[in-house]
Amino acid sequence: MNSGGTNARIGYIAFNTFREAVRDRVLYNLIAFALLLSGAAILVGEISIDIERLVVVNLGLTAVSLFGVVIAIFIGIGLVSKEIDKRTLYTVLSRPVCRWEFVVGKFLGLTGTLVVNTLLMAIGVFLALLYVAHRFEMMDVWVLVALYFIVLQFLIVCALALFFSSFSTPLMAAVFTFALFVVGSLAEDLRGFARITQGVGGWLATGIAYLVPNFSALNVISQVAHGDAVSGRLILYDSAYALLYSAMAVSGAVLIFQRRNLK
Amino acid sequence: MAAIEILDLEKSYLVGFWRKRQKLALRPLRLTIEEGEVFGFLGPNGAGKTTTLKLLMGLVFPTAGTARILGMDMGDPRVKSQIGFLPEQPYFYDHLSARELLNYYGQLSGVPAKGRSARVEQMLARVGLSDSAGVQLRKFSKGMLQRVGLAQAILHDPKLVFLDEPMSGLDPMGRREVRDLIQQLRHDGKTVFFSTHILSDAEALCDRVGVIHQGELRGVGAVAELTSGTQGKVEIIFCAQKVPAGLTGLGAEARISGDMVNAVLPEEQQDAALEVLRRERLKLISLTPVRSSLEEYYIQKLRPAEDQKEGRKEESRKGVGV
Repeated sequence: MNSGGTNARIGYIAFNTFREAVRDRVLYNLIAFALLLSGAAILVGEISIDIERLVVVNLGLTAVSLFGVVIAIFIGIGLVSKEIDKRTLYTVLSRPVCRWEFVVGKFLGLTGTLVVNTLLMAIGVFLALLYVAHRFEMMDVWVLVALYFIVLQFLIVCALALFFSSFSTPLMAAVFTFALFVVGSLAEDLRGFARITQGVGGWLATGIAYLVPNFSALNVISQVAHGDAVSGRLILYDSAYALLYSAMAVSGAVLIFQRRNLK
Repeated sequence: MAAIEILDLEKSYLVGFWRKRQKLALRPLRLTIEEGEVFGFLGPNGAGKTTTLKLLMGLVFPTAGTARILGMDMGDPRVKSQIGFLPEQPYFYDHLSARELLNYYGQLSGVPAKGRSARVEQMLARVGLSDSAGVQLRKFSKGMLQRVGLAQAILHDPKLVFLDEPMSGLDPMGRREVRDLIQQLRHDGKTVFFSTHILSDAEALCDRVGVIHQGELRGVGAVAELTSGTQGKVEIIFCAQKVPAGLTGLGAEARISGDMVNAVLPEEQQDAALEVLRRERLKLISLTPVRSSLEEYYIQKLRPAEDQKEGRKEESRKGVGV
């Protein structure tokens, strides 16, 4: 199978995954998000103690992150396992489609859904900002960077959900992924703890600290809420880290799925 | 050239909590299907039919053995563009309409964009779904889903079509349409390998059948041969209200229905039986040799191994291959 065909097939599978998510009303979460943000913006507008921007950026970006992570976990764990259970996979894999193409296509479809979801939420955040501050400022550009980092987090969460679901039940996969998200959000603290711990415990803590995904490095919400800039080096480093980490997790899922009997 | 050469394909699963117990799903299977042939794979539920098809589709991996499909190793990616597959009780993406689903499968199968839509519409018409083409599959009945399944299996004009229980869930009209479709595929020179446990379908459609039971291929035979052999008996139907005494003496098993008698007796007693009818001045309606049926062959193959030895002796006498 040629690479052009491979790219096209991955694209078709990704688009079908995106279409499925949209038709299964996944984007309805936007309504809840819009209500939350509108309520917060109006409330903050009423209080008006010069921290409107800080509150809206903090609340808005945290909501974008949490809504997305929940979607990434709950759809990610079913990306392939649901297809096996419902046997929709049979008529796909009996065509000239490699198993790895299928997994990668599904992964890209879900991340595409999350990107669109995040873009729509981002519009909401900026509208709320405009409502409370009445104008945009230069430092609002860093909000875009924070949103980009949130998307990088989604990449890793999707890949982990896919990886765990390739060898465990959907429930366990959800638990594992969520646990790693929580631990990964404390990765910097874990690294600090590892640095001050001696002996085997120190080695163990260092190993775990570097093995879990470093979500705390991808969280610049508080920084941009205060209007602080994000360095170009961090953007580059975080991009490479997220791409590498998610690629490794997807590769693990592919390796397991390649050998799996579809009963 | 053989369309399918199955070379000692075998599948076993490890079961139990510690996965130490081995369960044999398919004993080493050796089978050849010629190009252009319609082959029926018969067996009761759980016999190993679906396992065989899943092995050939690459959905499960063999414990041992291999197969060649259209001259290529079954793992060769090029094989997939030349085969079509309808799984048993197929499930499809129910967020899509029939048209969207076929278009998606057409894309994955490499059907050129130019002409793909026309091909999709042609397939929808062929399975009688043109009117429901825009409806989401979640609103389809089981029979309609089966039709979609057939359409997707032949969408990309494959040389070889695998159908797992294609008549399942269909009403009599639907079954007839599927039979017509398989006949049409044969007419188009396609090879069809289909599994079923409905013997009348196999008898009507297949060039050859194979019987599988408990994961073991019990026999293969040409339908024409299996159903052409006589059993050394004749069936005589004549007008009468009781069975003549002379006929009972010839060893006839007779049944009276209304004004007619249906008597089955050994072939060598045929002339003597006709003489009895002439003597009694009874009107003869018909005299036909009793033919073997696929059902008898199937049941014989499903019997336990000891009974089968007797069956094999009988077959070698008649010249039917096992």
